[in-house]
Amino acid sequence: MDEEQRAPRLALRDISKRFQSVVANDHISFSVAPGQVHALLGENGAGKSTLVKIIYGVLQADEGQILWDGRPVTIDSPHQARGQGIGMVFQHFSLFEAMTVLENIALGIDNAPDLKELADRIVTVSRKYGLPLDPSREIHTLSVGERQRVEIVRCLLQNPKLLIMDEPTSVLTPQEVERLFVTLRQLSDEGCSILYISHKLQEIKDLCHHATVLRGGRVVGECDPAVETARGMAQLMIGSELKQLVRRAGSVSAEPRLIVENLTVPSTLAFGIDLKGISFEVGAGEIFGIAGVAGNGQNELTQALAGETTLHRPSTIRLDGKAIGHLGAEQRRMHGLCSVPEERSGHASVPEMSLAANTLLTARNRLGLARQGFIQPTEAQDYAQRVIDEFAVKAAGPSANAATLSGGNLQKFIVGREVLQSPEVLIIAQPTWGVDAGAAATIHQALFKLAQNGTAIVVVSQDLDELLVVTDRLAVINLGTLSPSIATAEASVEQIGLLMGGLHGMEGEAADRGSSKHVG
Amino acid sequence: MIAESIVNISAAVISASTPLLFVAAGELVVERSGVLNLGVEGMMLMGAVAGFAVTLTTGSPILGIVAAAAAGAVMALAFAVLTLTLMANQVATGLALTIFGIGLSALLGSGFVGQPVPALPKLHLAGLSELPVIGPVLFGQDALVYLSVILTGGVAWFLKRTRPGMMLRAIGESAASAHSLGLPVIRVRYLATLFGGAAAGLGGAFLSLSYTPMWMEGMTSGRGWIALALVVFGSWRPWRVLAGAYLFGGVTILQLHAQGAFHLPAQVFSMAPYLATIAVLTIISAGPWRGRFNAPADLGKPFRPSV
Amino acid sequence: MWVKVEPRQEASRRVIYATPVLAVGLTVLSGYFLFLFLGLAPAKTLYHFLISPTLTFYGWSELCVKAGPLVLIASGLAIGFRANVWNIGAEGQLTLGAVGAGGVALAFWGESGLWILPLMCLAGILGGMLYAAIPAFLKTRYEVSEILTSLMLTYVATLALGILVYGPWRDPMGFNFPQTRMFSDSALLPLILDGTRMHLGILVTLAVAVAAWMMMARTVIGFQIKVVGLAPAAARFAGFSRNRTVWFSLLLSGGLAGLAGTFEIAGPIGQLVPHLTPGYGFTAIIVAFLGRLHPLGIIASGFLMAISYNGGEIAQVEDRLPQAATGVFQGMLLFYLLACDFLSRYRIRLAATRREASPS
Repeated sequence: MDEEQRAPRLALRDISKRFQSVVANDHISFSVAPGQVHALLGENGAGKSTLVKIIYGVLQADEGQILWDGRPVTIDSPHQARGQGIGMVFQHFSLFEAMTVLENIALGIDNAPDLKELADRIVTVSRKYGLPLDPSREIHTLSVGERQRVEIVRCLLQNPKLLIMDEPTSVLTPQEVERLFVTLRQLSDEGCSILYISHKLQEIKDLCHHATVLRGGRVVGECDPAVETARGMAQLMIGSELKQLVRRAGSVSAEPRLIVENLTVPSTLAFGIDLKGISFEVGAGEIFGIAGVAGNGQNELTQALAGETTLHRPSTIRLDGKAIGHLGAEQRRMHGLCSVPEERSGHASVPEMSLAANTLLTARNRLGLARQGFIQPTEAQDYAQRVIDEFAVKAAGPSANAATLSGGNLQKFIVGREVLQSPEVLIIAQPTWGVDAGAAATIHQALFKLAQNGTAIVVVSQDLDELLVVTDRLAVINLGTLSPSIATAEASVEQIGLLMGGLHGMEGEAADRGSSKHVG
Repeated sequence: MIAESIVNISAAVISASTPLLFVAAGELVVERSGVLNLGVEGMMLMGAVAGFAVTLTTGSPILGIVAAAAAGAVMALAFAVLTLTLMANQVATGLALTIFGIGLSALLGSGFVGQPVPALPKLHLAGLSELPVIGPVLFGQDALVYLSVILTGGVAWFLKRTRPGMMLRAIGESAASAHSLGLPVIRVRYLATLFGGAAAGLGGAFLSLSYTPMWMEGMTSGRGWIALALVVFGSWRPWRVLAGAYLFGGVTILQLHAQGAFHLPAQVFSMAPYLATIAVLTIISAGPWRGRFNAPADLGKPFRPSV
Repeated sequence: MWVKVEPRQEASRRVIYATPVLAVGLTVLSGYFLFLFLGLAPAKTLYHFLISPTLTFYGWSELCVKAGPLVLIASGLAIGFRANVWNIGAEGQLTLGAVGAGGVALAFWGESGLWILPLMCLAGILGGMLYAAIPAFLKTRYEVSEILTSLMLTYVATLALGILVYGPWRDPMGFNFPQTRMFSDSALLPLILDGTRMHLGILVTLAVAVAAWMMMARTVIGFQIKVVGLAPAAARFAGFSRNRTVWFSLLLSGGLAGLAGTFEIAGPIGQLVPHLTPGYGFTAIIVAFLGRLHPLGIIASGFLMAISYNGGEIAQVEDRLPQAATGVFQGMLLFYLLACDFLSRYRIRLAATRREASPS
């Protein structure tokens, strides 16, 4: 009896999982005590997501054992996991846009009571944990933060003994993060264990009692985050001494290269964001950052800047004095404006095509890879090879399909494809989303070099840490409006956090349909 | 005199609408689960020939109707295996199903062309059919007519009120999310597709057992495709689809009556249902109400679990 | 032992070209049992169906006559399919093309001149294009599915042709048969081989197929079509207009279908009749897929479909095989092809334990 009392809530023993040739999890063992907030720390690709999918029954392990309250269990489905008392909040929410909060919650609960009773329980639980929700609203009308609440309340209704949270803060403002932590601490006090997946060290130090660090599918260390330094954990996570980025010494010219003046675009999508009166300037050699919580108009802005959306008034966007607002993407490219969209696969590249063919997407006219309507295959091959060489892209060669590259390598190829065209202006969205530290460093270094040579760069990113490192100046986008810019050196996280929350309050209706569909 | 022709015309409208309603109600369920089956014309024809052949050989219209539903479902099963298990392109597979169904129904039915079968008996509901005008229109129809309306109501109730219906809608909305919650995406899509096939088979059986009643190669003459358009027109809502089906039945009967009244080639009027389909699709897509936003978000997208 | 299914990162080229062969094999096998079921001698019927049409030189010339329009239409459709533009109304565009060309032939009936045939071709192409412009307009302007509109228009086209041949265009000396006069010699395609029905249009078709190949493999517009079909967002990013691609592929496929209609009436038929083809517009969809949307593959699959038409006729006479068997064969072939495609995208292995594979 006593033995069982002290048994950990969850214990993993030698869990292994292989995908074809890739070993995602390699003999992973650790345990989570009742009421413990346990961090699972690791970079993208370290095997965290695979592991939690195994615990939640979405995937099955090839080898190893799961112990629940000391007893070995097999979890074949999410249904079984819920039956044991395991709840999970996904990084990419598993919500149904056109259905109500109530229906969404009912679908995720086994043996759901009738809808009326369930609605009452939702209101009760959401009050108790400070997570206000209206059961009758449809999901597409909710902000990202509110959507996460739906997921959390769905778990809480089943009185979980273990709550798995996969990167819960990547879509929240700093203030929303604080509120979430209050809820999680309350749960922990009530005895609910929390498995908290993140690669954000400060959060883990603030919240967690214990941390397990994963790298390359293996457990490489355990620590008490309250004691261990952030730098120490980072080194465990990345596996080598942290490289310091070489910040350039180039000077920013006073003359603006890119001027955006009163950019207003009504959204064409059903649940899109309207851009309202956005103005900013970027000088030659300057890196300008646009921060913001996902779904506040970033996609719309990037597309308007890149020329995927054309504008009525040409002078809204000026490049070295030329009005280019009315031009399409390829015409803007011919004027010297290149861009890297957020979605690597299917937007920045065609996965089913070779790397050589993918260079034609943006370089066919600028670099003469096509002439008089005819493709020049050797020139395209050569350019693809050059990008592969200069950006150390791991690929079988220019004829390899884009789909065969890993996320980080594909991103290096896409960034390289634009950077080597030496554009006058580069618009780049989420440059290092889901990319390993090595590739991220390569990409940042390339941006610095490009800026040094006089390119004006706009970086749109949700990763505040990244923006603080790479940009000279930054502004925050919220509900389609852009804040005044501040010099990065003088900016504080709190200040930016407040701007991210917006002057319109935290209950923004910034519910972009696409916001939960980022590539992981 | 006038009352009599109103009765006749209304009864004819209902009769012309019924095959469309069967097929569209079935396809609505299929599409709400996220599957786009363009093979309805083929399934309908197979239903028509199976229903006719079985009724003729066994003498039992009930067996014929059951056979028609089964034939449609078997065709749908082929579609489901290809698209849901073997991940084939849904549009291409739907076209293949139509081409195959046209050919196979013609082959199986080649011995039945020109043979008569007694039309389904009209069910006179206890005294109600004696009522003036509405009696014969609403209560003097055959069993399949009632079944088509009951089916529509059942679909509406199922989607809105039941948990499996909610699951089906969720799966059509986002198969990936549904899968991560542990909902059986592939199984639900299989069942929805089979249901759609059976309903299309019933629509075909109504043509060969009640509307005409006889068997002719390609006798659906595009009704399956019109039914596909009706689902869009009804913005994926059962009762609106029913209204659309009766509207189209009306157009069909109206053009038949107009043929006698004007001195124009008959073909001009025969074009009406097809042109009306195009017009209606355009209006629903162009109008401010934007019906297409109701389309299930994952419609036609392939899904493979454990990705 | 369990069957393990793994997705391939790149579709295997070898398998892509092997699947049509496998599909044909499975279709023949199923045909064997189908004939058995129909109470025919399966081996003999299959022989008549598949081999007989290819035994004589005249047989091959007839295959060319049938394959011609199929290849011409499929070349256009395949380009649209690559761009995810589903024109399934080629039969209607063919009909309108024939109406345009036939109108020219009848207007200049009795006259002679080398200009009549080119003018007919022009009218035929324009007829097909104009008819395909309707779905193109509705798709680009209002997002109406081109699948439904192009198909509905096919029914309308057949009825329109009926109005003409039963009405104003009916041959005054034709004993009231619903058909036009036979065209004058100047409105008929010259034969390229005496003693056969092979006409100049077949050479034009070959040229079109080769040109289509060049376009898809070497030009920016071909690249644009592929990108729009594979990744619409990437196409927007590259500066390729989806709407222009929709217009281009519908006009091209409509124009080629119209030209095919012209060749039919100026070639084997020689006049306008209510039913111009045994469904070439639909069979061409199968030809396009079976040919892997590749212009050269389309030529090969066009011949295969021609065999199914001519073999079907032979077996109809020799074995009393119902005419509809041809359609069943064609449908089955497409079915099996789509099923076999699974092999090019997934690898199937026997594995020791039962575990579902998954990409990370």
